[in-house]
Amino acid sequence: MNSQINVSNWSLALAFILVVISLVISYRQKLKLEKETIISVVRAIVQLIIVGYLLKFIFNVDNWLLTLIMQLFIIYNAARNGKKRSQGIPGAFVISWWGLLLSTTITMSILVLTGVLKFEPYQMIPVTGMVAGNSMTAVGLVYRSLNQQFRDQQGQVFERLALGASPKLAAGEIVREAIRTGMQPTIDSVRTYGLVSLPGMMSGLIMAGVDPIHAIKYQIMVVFMLLSATGISSVFASFMAYRKFFNERWQLQLPKK
Amino acid sequence: MTKLVVDQAGYQVEGRQIWHDISFELHDGDWVTVVGPSGGGKSTLLKAIAGLQDITEGHIFLNDEDVMRLPIGDYRQQVSYATQSAQLFGETVRDNLDLPYLVRQQTPNEQQQIAGLEQMDLPADYLDKAVTELSGGERQRVGVLRNLLFPPKVLLLDEISTGLDAETKQVIWRAIHALHARERLIVLSVTHDEGEIADAQDILTIQNGEGARRHEQSN
Repeated sequence: MNSQINVSNWSLALAFILVVISLVISYRQKLKLEKETIISVVRAIVQLIIVGYLLKFIFNVDNWLLTLIMQLFIIYNAARNGKKRSQGIPGAFVISWWGLLLSTTITMSILVLTGVLKFEPYQMIPVTGMVAGNSMTAVGLVYRSLNQQFRDQQGQVFERLALGASPKLAAGEIVREAIRTGMQPTIDSVRTYGLVSLPGMMSGLIMAGVDPIHAIKYQIMVVFMLLSATGISSVFASFMAYRKFFNERWQLQLPKK
Repeated sequence: MTKLVVDQAGYQVEGRQIWHDISFELHDGDWVTVVGPSGGGKSTLLKAIAGLQDITEGHIFLNDEDVMRLPIGDYRQQVSYATQSAQLFGETVRDNLDLPYLVRQQTPNEQQQIAGLEQMDLPADYLDKAVTELSGGERQRVGVLRNLLFPPKVLLLDEISTGLDAETKQVIWRAIHALHARERLIVLSVTHDEGEIADAQDILTIQNGEGARRHEQSN
């Protein structure tokens, strides 16, 4: 890859001025975000340095098993994050893990089998990150939507159960709405691609000197891939998680936060 | 023949005993009025009988079978619980009147639904009316109708006429009395209504965590 962009350490250090601007705003406006900002920036720098060296190492070794392990590690981290957003839904980690594994595996397999991507670490790892990251966001939204709806519609769910409805029948509308909530942001952002923002992957390729016409092909692939990934993970998480709001006696049980 | 037995039932929630050692037996056609102070656990007792909450002590039997062992969905179709200020779900009245059919894996029968609406003094075109457009009284009529479309063996009424206008009350009670006379179902009705209590012949009082039943033989 020819490096048309190569940020020197010196110019990067100067770009730290941008952080200072945000710190000044926080200080002047008494937002009390200074400490948090500094911690986030330091964390980001440290994490990225580690990941940078790790990726360089993995790319050099170019071993399929190591690539696979790295992909699973990404999914594991995403699943842990998904659990955090579940507000106490029992078994949320396991649901997130299987949901993300399923959506990532299906999506990546199709991309590899159709020849769009090669099973090479420098392609597999970043794309797995995108797929798992977007699935994670979708799963988080699904959990939040389920929690919110079960609280708001407690009475309606109760009435359905009282009439003999199974949890599946009693929560049908809630589940559908949760799936929609999980997928909606992807559909919305895809709609404005190219009009409002040049999406991440395309921007990266263009900055790296790739012909924009070539770059859009990758971006179109990303659209397909994100729709599939958020769709699969939202459906899986909704169908697995709604059951956790009921006990085996078909009684509504809201998770304790 | 239907027999509902509550045997030394008790209910505890978060370490607090709501009631204990409640026992009674009901047969076809029994109509029991449940009275007692607010917060005394009348509503909890009805929900427990409906299997919407589980008792923490004792047993409830329907036709000699322990309720804890019966398939809960089938049980709730036979032991039907209706509450005050019924919450309607979905978008239209039809969504609400379809559910009893869906629960039984049946295709909704529009003629029956319309007949039900008319029995509740509501016109047929209410079937496709949005639930948000109904008045409080109309909502309660649709709510109760959901419980009556398939006559249950036991009907649990949790203050269903509280806060309703006289006309709505009359319509709802007329429908329930007609069904009770025809199907000889067991009715347990929680109420604070003086008139209803005065007419009652079979009274269960839930007070200070205990239940006492007083049955006046009418003949």
